Amino acid sequence: MSEDLLRIDDLHVSFSTRRGLVEAVRGVTLTVKAGEMLGLVGESGSGKSVTGFATTRLLDAAGRVTGGKILFRGQDVTKLRGDDLRQLQGAAMSMIFQNPRAALNPIRAIGLQIADAILTHKRISKDAARAEALELLRAVQIRDPEARMNAYPHELSGGMCQRVMIAIAISCNPALLIADEPTTGLDVTTQKVVMDLLAEIAAARGMATILITHDLGLAARYCRRIAVMERGRIVEEASPKTLFRAPQHAYTKRLVAASPTATSRIEDLVTEEERERTAAVVSKPRPVPAHGTPPLLEVRKLAKRFDQGSAAVADFSMTIAGGESVGLVGESGSGKSTTSRMICRLIDPSEGDIVFDGQSIGHVAARDFHRSRFRKDIQMVFQDPNESLNPRYTAFDCIAHPLMRLDGMRGGEALRKRVEECAERVGLPLDLLPRFPHQLSGGQKARVGIARAIACRPRLLVLDEPTAALDVSVQAVVLQLLDRLRRENDIALLFVSHDLNVVRMLCDRTIVLRNGGIVEQGESRALFDNPKTDYTRKLVEAIPHIETGPALAAAL
Amino acid sequence: MVKTGLGATMVRAGRRLLSSLPALFGVLVFTFLLMRVLPGDPAVFFASGPNAGKEEIELIRKQMGLDKSVPEQLVFYLSDIGRGNLGRSMMTGQPVLKDLRERLPASLELTFTALLIALIAAVPLGVIAALRPGSAVDHGVRLFCALGVCVPTFVSGLLLIYVFYYLLGLAPDPTGRIDVFASVPPQRTGFLLIDFLLAGDFEGWWAACKQLILPAVSMALFVIAPLARITRASMLVSLGSDFVRTARSVGLSWHKVVVTYALRNAILPVITIAGIVFSTMLGANVLVEKVFSWPGVASYALDALLSSDYAPVQGFVLLMAGIFVLVNLIVDVCYGIADPRVSIE
Repeated sequence: MSEDLLRIDDLHVSFSTRRGLVEAVRGVTLTVKAGEMLGLVGESGSGKSVTGFATTRLLDAAGRVTGGKILFRGQDVTKLRGDDLRQLQGAAMSMIFQNPRAALNPIRAIGLQIADAILTHKRISKDAARAEALELLRAVQIRDPEARMNAYPHELSGGMCQRVMIAIAISCNPALLIADEPTTGLDVTTQKVVMDLLAEIAAARGMATILITHDLGLAARYCRRIAVMERGRIVEEASPKTLFRAPQHAYTKRLVAASPTATSRIEDLVTEEERERTAAVVSKPRPVPAHGTPPLLEVRKLAKRFDQGSAAVADFSMTIAGGESVGLVGESGSGKSTTSRMICRLIDPSEGDIVFDGQSIGHVAARDFHRSRFRKDIQMVFQDPNESLNPRYTAFDCIAHPLMRLDGMRGGEALRKRVEECAERVGLPLDLLPRFPHQLSGGQKARVGIARAIACRPRLLVLDEPTAALDVSVQAVVLQLLDRLRRENDIALLFVSHDLNVVRMLCDRTIVLRNGGIVEQGESRALFDNPKTDYTRKLVEAIPHIETGPALAAAL
Repeated sequence: MVKTGLGATMVRAGRRLLSSLPALFGVLVFTFLLMRVLPGDPAVFFASGPNAGKEEIELIRKQMGLDKSVPEQLVFYLSDIGRGNLGRSMMTGQPVLKDLRERLPASLELTFTALLIALIAAVPLGVIAALRPGSAVDHGVRLFCALGVCVPTFVSGLLLIYVFYYLLGLAPDPTGRIDVFASVPPQRTGFLLIDFLLAGDFEGWWAACKQLILPAVSMALFVIAPLARITRASMLVSLGSDFVRTARSVGLSWHKVVVTYALRNAILPVITIAGIVFSTMLGANVLVEKVFSWPGVASYALDALLSSDYAPVQGFVLLMAGIFVLVNLIVDVCYGIADPRVSIE
């Protein structure tokens, strides 16, 4: 057994906040061996990032290590001061972060930023540092590295920025790399490329890596050992295979269940006890529409051009029948959000027509559509539940607002009843209604957003990445809720997402978009099991599935 | 395709300049009308004395063109402006353009110096306060800023004169830009400090500098507060940002983190505020100019206003509007150079 590179021993971290001391990490113990890749998995607030920041000594001023030790090569990191600490940071251990674009200095050329890191730890000339920076850009496989040396972060894509960040992190050959949600917010194909690159570099240079992520599938694909954190503690530590086959801890069980896999169904996402509450309504089958019924929504040759640029969406046609759910998937920049906004009539199409319930609505200006009688029928749930609720409206106001504007209801008993009914339908406890958004959790906010959208009993609900900002366990509940609402009220869903697993579970049909055009469409299961185009295959293969973990590969 | 850095900035600056022309024209017409609406008859004011007869006043009025209708006057005024003629001041008897040209460098020199002093003081104060928010230093800076803002410039000016001229005798008497008996350097730029340097007269330079320092400081005191506050605020944001965390994560030195990473980003909003502060100071320094008998444009315009002397006031407002446009343009260019993201917007 080789010696441990990093040993965290009963680590406690607390933050002083306005409401007193908050314990973020309470007794974490874990070890990392040289060259190993360890997955640290947990949902938001589990303390996984705080553990990482405590190790690299990057905690905010408000955060303090209140107990325990962090031994790196036998040296207690928490006691290091001044120059000793700077010797460690970057040179012995380094970190890459979520949101790569924000993590780079926006007004400094990336070549200089890499050189800064090199010059901190090596006594070499500026020219030599520049040459090394160029070499690093090559190592992280950035195309045309000479030209990119002088680029600024805003000129690069998110994936490129993360590669630059990796280049900075590995510039001084650290022994330990801590990757904090390195691919969250990146497209699934970019995620694969970046993670493959990271794993390759780590293996080639013998770096130990801690991969901090909320995505069990991702951790399973790249790590041989996974530690699961919940509320500041490590609840379970095992190989991916054991973790998924036989989770021991109740929380791990829930987490494993909630993580969508290639075969899971929506009902499977929550554990037995939680399922019972909703079980009664699940079973109602959807009536097959009679032949000759016109579709609820028909989109013909829709196109959108912004200013002088090339078309964001071109020649897009689709139909949705009443009560049907259709998924719209694609990478960022594929035009899926633009398309959904045109269908919602929030922006005007440049060409083409949108027919809703037999009536053309494509030519009603987006500005005037709120006066159309179809506004009630087409509603939207937005991506970020934090940003899409008015911070000065209570949950009640948020849900009541569309009722007053679109249904012409006045305040009073009737309105209160309707709002409460909506809240009940989305499973929002009534005592939360007087609260403001900042007093609600992410899942509760998502419920408010959905309650607001269904308040006027729409017939088509357009959902733009409604679960992208949510933890998997919350996502599981929200997906179930959406599926139940669709079955109960016969609402058609247009589900825009980059998460193919979610789309596959929730949607009858799926449309794959790329560069503003349809690449492939068809029945969801068939499309994912047997993609016809290379692009769809690439997308499907990039999803980190739990079954394809290295542990499994090794076991075979 | 995005044009590279400076070129794009210049194009943008040029476009900004063009788009400000209508606003300048509006300012022109508005001040003209405002002056006509204000009470007071210049003809009465400039008549020989309180006993001047009606005929004499009428004669003056005719000479000044005030007997014509307001639209006609406006047309005359605009055509004069178009020919670069701002009119003649009744007070000094000189063309307004000449008066302004003589006095503007005095005002600019004072304002530039004051702004420089303010920036030199405010940026470090803001940075220090941001590095230790909530500490004694932070509160000290806050107190200093509050004092600076709530003491009017003429009070702080008089205080400074009292202490440094009357009590300590360090400063020369507060009468203008230069000692009455000192020799003036050959005028090249109008900025005494620069002219003295060009003439190689360092003794004169030092004398002018001493004259300048008290009024500049009393103006600077007033604007340190907004500059220091904005520096502190944007420095706090900058220090808490992800890229500063990145810089710390690779072990960059404290100096590099604070100056190269945090401050360079934090300074961007300070540039904008400094531009606004400069324009405001230039117009609002009339009190300081009065207290220190500084021969600047603001006190000139105030005297003209009090005596219903239309032309200098209109000329002054036009000048201020022009400078405001110019300063904004310079800020724009500076911003474009300092922040590579601006040019692609």
